[in-house]
Amino acid sequence: MFQVRIHGRGGQGVVAAAEILSMAAFDEGRFAQAFPSFGSERMGAPVVSYCRIDDRPIRTHEPIAEPDALIVQDPTLVHQVDLFGGLADDAYVLVNTSKSFEGLGLAEFASRFRPGRLLTCPATALALEYVGRPLPNAALLGGFAALTGRISLDALEKAISERFAGVVGTANAAAARAAFEFVVDEARAGQDREVVARAPAD
Amino acid sequence: MLQQIEGSQAVARAVACCRPEVVCAYPISPQTHIIEAIGVLVRTGELAPCEFINVESEFAAMSVSIGASATGARAYTATASQGLLYMMEAVHNASGLELPIVMTLANRAIGAPINIWNDHSDAMAASDAGWIQLFAETNQEAVDLHVLAFRLAEELSLPVMVCMDGFVLTHAVEQVDLPEQGRVDAFLPPYAPHQFLDPADPVSIGAMVGPEAFEEVKVLAHLRQLDALDRIPELAAEFEEIFGRPSAGLVGTYRTEGADTIVVALGSVLGTIKDAVDERRRAGQRVGVVGITTFRPFPTSEVRSALAGARQVVVIEKAFRAGGGGVLSGDVTLAVQDSDVGVHTVVAGLGGRPITRRGVESVLGSAARGELEPLSFLDLDNAVIEHERARVLSASSPGPDGTATVRRRPPPVASPVGEAP
Repeated sequence: MFQVRIHGRGGQGVVAAAEILSMAAFDEGRFAQAFPSFGSERMGAPVVSYCRIDDRPIRTHEPIAEPDALIVQDPTLVHQVDLFGGLADDAYVLVNTSKSFEGLGLAEFASRFRPGRLLTCPATALALEYVGRPLPNAALLGGFAALTGRISLDALEKAISERFAGVVGTANAAAARAAFEFVVDEARAGQDREVVARAPAD
Repeated sequence: MLQQIEGSQAVARAVACCRPEVVCAYPISPQTHIIEAIGVLVRTGELAPCEFINVESEFAAMSVSIGASATGARAYTATASQGLLYMMEAVHNASGLELPIVMTLANRAIGAPINIWNDHSDAMAASDAGWIQLFAETNQEAVDLHVLAFRLAEELSLPVMVCMDGFVLTHAVEQVDLPEQGRVDAFLPPYAPHQFLDPADPVSIGAMVGPEAFEEVKVLAHLRQLDALDRIPELAAEFEEIFGRPSAGLVGTYRTEGADTIVVALGSVLGTIKDAVDERRRAGQRVGVVGITTFRPFPTSEVRSALAGARQVVVIEKAFRAGGGGVLSGDVTLAVQDSDVGVHTVVAGLGGRPITRRGVESVLGSAARGELEPLSFLDLDNAVIEHERARVLSASSPGPDGTATVRRRPPPVASPVGEAP
């Protein structure tokens, strides 16, 4: 089972993101379960959603306390909410920001994780470019697909187009693809940096 | 057709396939998505002929459902928590008047203190209201039980409440095999009322009954409830024939063969319990699960058979009677009263507190060591209880328990999602 937790704020499509991810996994023939952290929704308040993906039926309905991957839709939550609770050192972390982890004041935190599993992605900027609105959820899912390899970009684009009709769907799918490509490029650059960093010692 | 769909949307589509002619409901979390979705299906004409009636309260919603059903229309409504309590007088009238209304109960806690999250307090408050009560473990069961509920209600002329866990199921997006219209039509014939109001042939429904006959009326209602225990397995078998998948019936068992400890529960927590049982089985503990689908009427003899061979029974329930104990536990205890099986009540998940696999495993561990009390509470913060008891005894600061407890156990900063209560 692969478990994803998504943090954001009311109005950013946190719940929709988990649903879309589950629809993409379903489309690939797997079992998936998406659900919000339940309560009173308020625009702008911190919200959480969850998605489980597995090759067999999912029976449990408990919240995800120890996610395999974390998506942070709003970087202003970083120092407000316990975003990183239950994360193992080999977990994936994707944060929506144009800054680096160092820039977010998370350099020490980031050093705990396996290299290549933490990334920042300017999803809001990509959403503004492709969708025209600051809704980063679809773009972040594209980044998630590239970072984890747990879902194909094709299935994701299909799910986004099913969830959002017409041009909104097409634009969000394009934002997801752009974020996917951004993360692939980042990962390649990161490997290059590691190679460069190792070079003197070699 | 297999779809990845929210539980509420799936139930709305299944209800629409049952062709209700009158839908009347008042919105309340976590039922709202169901009613909104049915409203859309009526507005777009996908569900027709059907009248969707907006009213000012749950009391009116059940009263309109009663009126509609009494004129021979197939009637559906849905509610939760305080909404159910607000309609309660009419809830008893629906069963007393033998009207086959189907109602979804999106299970939610009852206040005060106000709480919009899931537990089974609302269903238990209506467990003596004369309605058949079916509990869904999954969204697939929730969907299928609604189809079964209309058929059962109309055959027996009794209202049926389909209970599904609020938020946990209603707001979960999972794969559901939605029933096709043709198969629903094959399973569920048009409503043929046993009684109905007709201006051309006036009758009274619900006339006063005095001491000379009231007791007989109540016993007849009891016997009609018991008829459901025969009919539900037959309908489940017919459902499987038509839909090609099994339907939940009276009780379900999981790994009970050779089990010396059996957990009994209602609703969606059964999935988490089954995962915990698999873990404990791997560790060598002989444990199994009995899930109750039909809670009213209570399938006493089926529960007794399912628990035969167990040394101890652990009832995990999301409801609790202050001053009493568990509700489901009472029924289970009666079912095994002629044996020497020990029944333990574990109250869990009140007001939406998550019930985790690890929590259930710890309960099973205690059971294996013989350390389980007759009545216990999962994940209880005993320090808060002791502090509050001391505070009340010292009378140092006034105020109800709820207010003072929240001061010591504030909600998490990450405020959860859903909708306004």
